[in-house]
Amino acid sequence: MVAPAQATGVLHGAPIIKAVKEAGVSHVLSVPDIHTAGGLLTPIRSDPDFQLIRTCKEDEAFGIAAGLTYGNKRALILIQYTGFLYSMNAIRAIACEHKQPMCMMIGLLSKEVGVAPQDSKKFGLRIIEPILDVMGVERHYIDADEDVAVIAPAIMRAYENSHPVAMLIGRKPV
Amino acid sequence: MMNRTKCLQTLAPHLKDEIVVATYSTASEWVEMSDRALNYYSFGAMGLASSHGIGLALARPERRVIVLDGDGSLLMNLGTLVTIGAVAPKNLVHMVWCNGSYEANGGHPLPNREVDFCAMARAGGIANVRRIESHADFEAQLPAILTEEGPLFVQMMIEQGPLGPRKYDDMYKAERRQRLREALNA
Repeated sequence: MVAPAQATGVLHGAPIIKAVKEAGVSHVLSVPDIHTAGGLLTPIRSDPDFQLIRTCKEDEAFGIAAGLTYGNKRALILIQYTGFLYSMNAIRAIACEHKQPMCMMIGLLSKEVGVAPQDSKKFGLRIIEPILDVMGVERHYIDADEDVAVIAPAIMRAYENSHPVAMLIGRKPV
Repeated sequence: MMNRTKCLQTLAPHLKDEIVVATYSTASEWVEMSDRALNYYSFGAMGLASSHGIGLALARPERRVIVLDGDGSLLMNLGTLVTIGAVAPKNLVHMVWCNGSYEANGGHPLPNREVDFCAMARAGGIANVRRIESHADFEAQLPAILTEEGPLFVQMMIEQGPLGPRKYDDMYKAERRQRLREALNA
């Protein structure tokens, strides 16, 4: 499900974090992404409702999230789109073939404001949605505050049905 | 050099409610010898066994989590040693079975068979590090491995094992995963 890109509007980090909490997420696994570092990772770092686990590479986060899932804990994987691309084999195995509820929040670094990812001048951004589609991963485009309402239901659905979900952060959260 | 089968046979009778995360060649032997409900098999994304172990250790701090990793696997995810050092789960034991080869991939040698994983683990922030080269030493250290506060890193020096086919699909079948979930949430 993709909302059209908006040239106007704003995306705040606080409601995103609130939605993640509403979905029962207790652990955030992340490699810092300059796109989401200020608006999401910095407040999460000091939020007592989350345990932040910093990993060295993004694919580690998928293994950790799977282990947490077996132990009945919910995790959010907060990474940049380049880290998503790096983690492709872990996502293929753990999220897609093993059908684990991997919940990804993926920063689309340097995406042009008002331009949909598939229309970006950046090759790396244009290929993200097609890759998710061919892998059968549910995806949501979060580009403004009005898009945030999909986050909590998407994460809860992922855990209830044991399937992966990707939330693409188009605009830099403030 | 030790024999992996003999070491696993030594380990198995000592286990009670520990979660064992096994991967590739070691998993192939472990599932035949000790097919427990609390076994967790890590396949498909080579190198991530210890990452799965971190997640399990954090989610279930009341249980000891023993990861049976391989040296080829660990080389694909060396950052895990830094992550384990930082997260420092007290209930995590990371055992790395070192035969200097990608045994599950045809037995070809690692780029460097002399890698000092203990030094890497220490550098990553794991203080409790052991290197075991004989069965007698393994038997002597096993009680501590099963009780000391973690994270523990154990480098097991073994000879290469058989290169026969592995039943990965069987190990990761849905019934085993459901059995694990039920055992973890009993």
